[in-house]
This record gives sequence, structure tokens and C-alpha cells, in this order.
Amino acid sequence: MSAIRDANLAPVPEFDTRIKERHARGKRRLALFLAATLFSVLSLGTLIASIVNDAFGYVLLENTVEPETLAPGGNFAALDKVELVEILRANVSRRFLMKLDSDAPLADRPKDDLIDLVRTEVVDPVVKKTWNLSDSLLHGKGIVAWAAQNSPKGHVEFRSWLNADFVRRSQASVAIDAGVRGAAFGSFLTILITILFAFPIGIGAAIYLEEYAGDTRLNRIIQTNIYNLAGVPSIIYGMLGLAIFVRGMEPITSGALFGAVADPSTANGRTIFSAGLTLALLILPVIIINAQEALRAVPASLRYSSYAVGATRWQTIWHHVLPASMDRILTGTVLAVSRAVGETAPLVVVGAPAFLTQDPTGIFSKFTTLPIQIYQWTARPQAEFRNAAAAAILVLLALLMTLNASAILLRNHYRKNKRLG
Amino acid sequence: MNERETAPKLISLSQKTRTGETAIYAFLFFCATVSILTTLGIVLTLGKEAVNFFKTVSPFTFLTGTKWQPAIDQFGILPLLNSTLMTSLIAMAVALPLGLSVAVYLSEYAPDRVREILKPVLEVLAGVPTVVYGYFALTAVTPFLRSVFGSDTVEIYNTASAGLVMGVLILPLIASMCEDALGSVPGSLREAAYAMGATKLEVATQIVVPAAFSGIAAAFIMGLSRAVGETMIVSLAAGAGSALTFNPFKAAETMTGHIVRISGGDLSYDSMDYNSLFAIGLLLFLITLGLNVLSRRIIKKYREVYE
Repeated sequence: MSAIRDANLAPVPEFDTRIKERHARGKRRLALFLAATLFSVLSLGTLIASIVNDAFGYVLLENTVEPETLAPGGNFAALDKVELVEILRANVSRRFLMKLDSDAPLADRPKDDLIDLVRTEVVDPVVKKTWNLSDSLLHGKGIVAWAAQNSPKGHVEFRSWLNADFVRRSQASVAIDAGVRGAAFGSFLTILITILFAFPIGIGAAIYLEEYAGDTRLNRIIQTNIYNLAGVPSIIYGMLGLAIFVRGMEPITSGALFGAVADPSTANGRTIFSAGLTLALLILPVIIINAQEALRAVPASLRYSSYAVGATRWQTIWHHVLPASMDRILTGTVLAVSRAVGETAPLVVVGAPAFLTQDPTGIFSKFTTLPIQIYQWTARPQAEFRNAAAAAILVLLALLMTLNASAILLRNHYRKNKRLG
Repeated sequence: MNERETAPKLISLSQKTRTGETAIYAFLFFCATVSILTTLGIVLTLGKEAVNFFKTVSPFTFLTGTKWQPAIDQFGILPLLNSTLMTSLIAMAVALPLGLSVAVYLSEYAPDRVREILKPVLEVLAGVPTVVYGYFALTAVTPFLRSVFGSDTVEIYNTASAGLVMGVLILPLIASMCEDALGSVPGSLREAAYAMGATKLEVATQIVVPAAFSGIAAAFIMGLSRAVGETMIVSLAAGAGSALTFNPFKAAETMTGHIVRISGGDLSYDSMDYNSLFAIGLLLFLITLGLNVLSRRIIKKYREVYE
């Protein structure tokens, strides 16, 4: 700096080299900033790529019973129902048959259902080894050769773990027969309860704080408290749900009070209802904060003009403030709801059973949700469950994307109908 | 027609509010108190079960014990706390420099079009469910670490992998909070520095970043609080079974991981296991609450300086 002053702004060689250095340093650091930014973009890419990589690929299957020995050419479609039932009776344990019969009599089941049963229970292909997508594409021939050598009985096929059956079927003890139907229903019902409670209460609290509350001590405490609740780890909400909804309010959350359960003696509070309420408490602060911001963005002149023509406070809110802020409120709510959709930890604590094959029948059923299913499959030691987990993640991500897209559509819809820009 | 002819009834402006309005007000007030009830619920339930626990185990042994083995009645929180801090610090070591760099780039350098692309990417990154990150840590990052450092050094479950992935999860939060902080530095400060002949980098790193320091500190603390409470990544990737180790390549269960693993089974109420979870939960709640309050205080303070 002193160089400039002494030289009276005449060019100084020392200054020139220093400024070059400074600009060079600036470029190097900018490269670092860019690299950090690139890293975050790449991590998202890697994350998605690694999931896609696991959701597709070759599998080595060995049939327990070869289909050719059961039907000519292994073609089950050519058999009639009586023959299919005969195959089942000959190959499946009596206990399992009785269970099947009590669920729905075998003779009355549709033919496709029977073929499915023969495929999964009698032919019963067992996954010996799985490969991911990149290996399958790059070393496909090697894999086929390796399999032919090491497992003469087995056959290699390219499998998309994400397929129509995966969405149609429920949890099973074998990865290849497992699906996400029960978990998807569970997620849906849980979120329905969550929205039903969190949306009105959240908007109500936001309206109170923005439109009614004066600057009193109580209101300041409520506001600070909401900000602090937004930072409480989700697992703590799980413990709250376990203590209050599952244990404390058991007669209500188990449905026993409403006579909604077949056997009140075994029913407990670990139900979809409890899970939904827990998630509602979890996203409530987020919904309130978002809605408050939305309400704050409504110009005061709108309220004044409504009061000026004689509207009451609530009439002003209901007919003017809410319609003018609905787009932002809904966007915030959908974002909060998509957080609830992906939440796992609190639901595990509330008590999702480790293994549930039945679909939920109502809000007082035991539950499992998509993220819980992903968690349980990932935690399993068998590699093929990881593939199933990857496919389930794709389903979950697709669901979240749909939710977010609908948020944008909703926002645009309300913007169009809005009287105020 | 008739209505127009009859004289309008005069309305007394001093009349009482309609009952409907009062009922609505009462309902809205109730909605607002739900959050207070939630906090009370958290404090009371955690407190109640924790008190039951502390009847058997003294708070001192709980806080200083070096073994967590409920099977032999050893309830020392240190192994769980230690691994929680390890994963969190690894996460912050990733998230803070990267998040701050992203924030500096977005706030000082990036053209509008690049920002329009980057911001949604960061939002998506922050919106991916944590269980997916857990899957990623276990099935992609751990094998990667094992191939780099050797599978003898790196265990299948380890705190390094969980911490690194958690860093990526927290990066968007840090980036967006830092960007807010940098953005709230008045433009006059930048212009003054440019007028003195500073380069763009010098303005960014020697003027703007120090001026926004308190906001960046708040972001760091908020991120730390998020990392301490993060559950699914550590429960999938950091391992089951408590261990007091400073080696990031070894398996060590965190506080949150332990809560999830124990409550995942059919836990019987009022057992020692059940009560101990609430003691851990209470500690976790106090740590994160303390961090959040601190972070919000810092933000409030620096806002007063510039606005």
C-alpha cells in the first residue's frame, strides 16, 4: 500500500507483480469454491447412481424344484386349476396349505394367483448371488461364465428389482418375493392422519400468532418455543409418541375405545394412528413457521380495506388474508409433509413391528412404512435384501418427487386465481 | 325490494364481539398452545422416566461411566456420547468448509443462472430422507473406504463413513444459513473494500466472511445440533454395540443409534432398558436444545448490529 502513496500513482514494478499474484490467488481460491460446489452436485449424482446401480443387475437363481418336472416344458399356463392345486398339495407342507386354505380356499382362487403360488412356493427360486448394474453391464459375459462353472443347476437372469410385482406384493421372508405394497399403504394412511391433524392446527397457530397475538409475554414464549421445537431431533418426538400416544392414550390409539379392533386384549397402541399423530407433532413447528411467513407477506392494506367495509376480524382472515396467502401456505405444508414421508427414526421408536406381512386394514392396524421397510431391509445381512431396499428407495424418491411436483402445481393454481399479485 | 324500503337498523359499534368470533379465537389460541403442550410433554415424559432410571443409577455414574452394557448393569454414557461427538465432528469437518465455500460462491461469485440451478440441487440434497443416506453410507461409502484404506483397517460398520455421509446431509443446511449471513452483510462494506483496491477474493474472504462471522458460527452450531440428533445414518452405518474408541474406522454405537436399536424390538415398559433410553433421550434433548438456543442467540445479536 505504501508503494502507491510514494509513487504518486506512477506505475511501480513491485505493485504490478503483487497485483498479479493477488489475482492469481483469487483464481485459485475460486477454483476451490467451485470444486466445493461441484462436490455437492456430484454427491447427489453419486447417491442416485449408487441406488440405481443396486436396483438392477444380474442375479444367480437356483430353483428348488425345476418347473420342467412339474409341467410339460415348465409352462404352468397350460395346466388347469385342478392340476395346479394338485401340484401345491404334493409339494407344500400341510400347515402352510391349511393357512392358505383358511385365507382363501385354493379351489376358489383365480388361476393367476395359483400359478404365482406354484412359482413362489414350489419352484421357489433361491437367490445365490447378485451383481449390481455396472458389473452386469461391464462384465456380463464373465458373470454368465462364472455362474455356469460354479452353479451348474442355477441360471443367471437380468433382474430389475423394481418391477410391477415389487409394487404389488407385500413384505416376505425371501427378498425375491418381497414387495412394498403394505409399506406404501402404511405410509399413505400414516401421512393422512398426519395431515389431518397437523394442517388445521398448524395454520390455526400461525393465524393466532400473526393476526391475533399481541406482544405479550405468553405470545413471545409460544413463538420462541416453536422455533426451539423445530430443532428438536426427530427421535425425541418418537420417544414422546411412545410415552404419550402409545402408552398413555392406549385405549384411544389402539382403537379399543371405539370397538374398532377384533380382539381388544391383544391390541396395543403401536398403530398407524399413533404413528400419524407423532409425525403430526414433528412437522407442526415447520408448518407453523412457513405459514407465519406466508401470512406476513400479505400486505396490510388488504386487511385495512376489508375492515373499512365493515368486515370482522375472522371475515377478513377467511375471505381475504387466507386466499391471498394460500399458495405459500400449501407449498410450505407440502414440503413439511414430504419430510414426514421420509421420516424413519421416530416411527421405529413408536414401535413398527420388525416383520409385518399383512396390509393395514385401517388406522388402528399395526404399521410399517416405506422408510421403515428400507431401513429393515438395509439392516439385513443378506445382500439381496439390499437390492430390494434400493428398489424401495426408488419408489420412495418417486413418491417424494410427485409430492413436490404437486406442490408446484398447487402453487401455480392458487397464483392464477389470486386477486393480488 | 322490501328490504331496501325499510330503514336500516343502526348498529351499535360498542356492542360485544359475536360469539362465533370468540369461539374461533379460542380455537386458534388452542392451536398455538399445542406447541407449548408438546414441549411440556417432551420435558415431562423424558424427565419422568429418566428420574425412574436415576433412582437405580446415579447421575454421576451415568455421566462418567466408561461402559454401556445394560446386560451387566453398566450404564455409563461416555462410549455412546463419544461416538456421537465423533460422527458429528467428522460431519462438521466435511460440512463447514464445503458449505461455507458453496455459500461464498453462491453469494459473491455465481451468476444468476448458475444460482437458479444450484439452489434446487441443494434443496433436493437436503430433502432426501436420511434413511437413504444411511443406505448410501453402508453400501457405497464404506466399501469405498475399505478399498482405499484396506479392509483390515476399516470395519464394515464405522463412524468415519457415517460421519462423512452426515456431512453431505448437513452441507445444504450450512450453505443456506451461511449464504443468508453473507447476504446480510451491507453492500457498502464491499464497495468500500473495492474502492481501496481489493480483489474480489480479498473482498469475499477478508471483508464479507469476517463481517458475517457470527452468522457462520450460528450455522456451525445449528449443523452440529442437527448432527448430534441425526439417527438413521448412524444406526445403519456406525454399528451396533457400544465401544469407547477414538478410531474412526471402528464400529461404535451413538446415542441415537442405541435408542433406535433397543426400541426397535418389542420393548417392555418400565424395564431398565426402557428407562435408560429416556435418560439418553433427555441428555440428547438438553444438548440439542442448548445448541439451538445458542445458535438463535448469536443470530439475533448480529442482526442487531447490521439492521
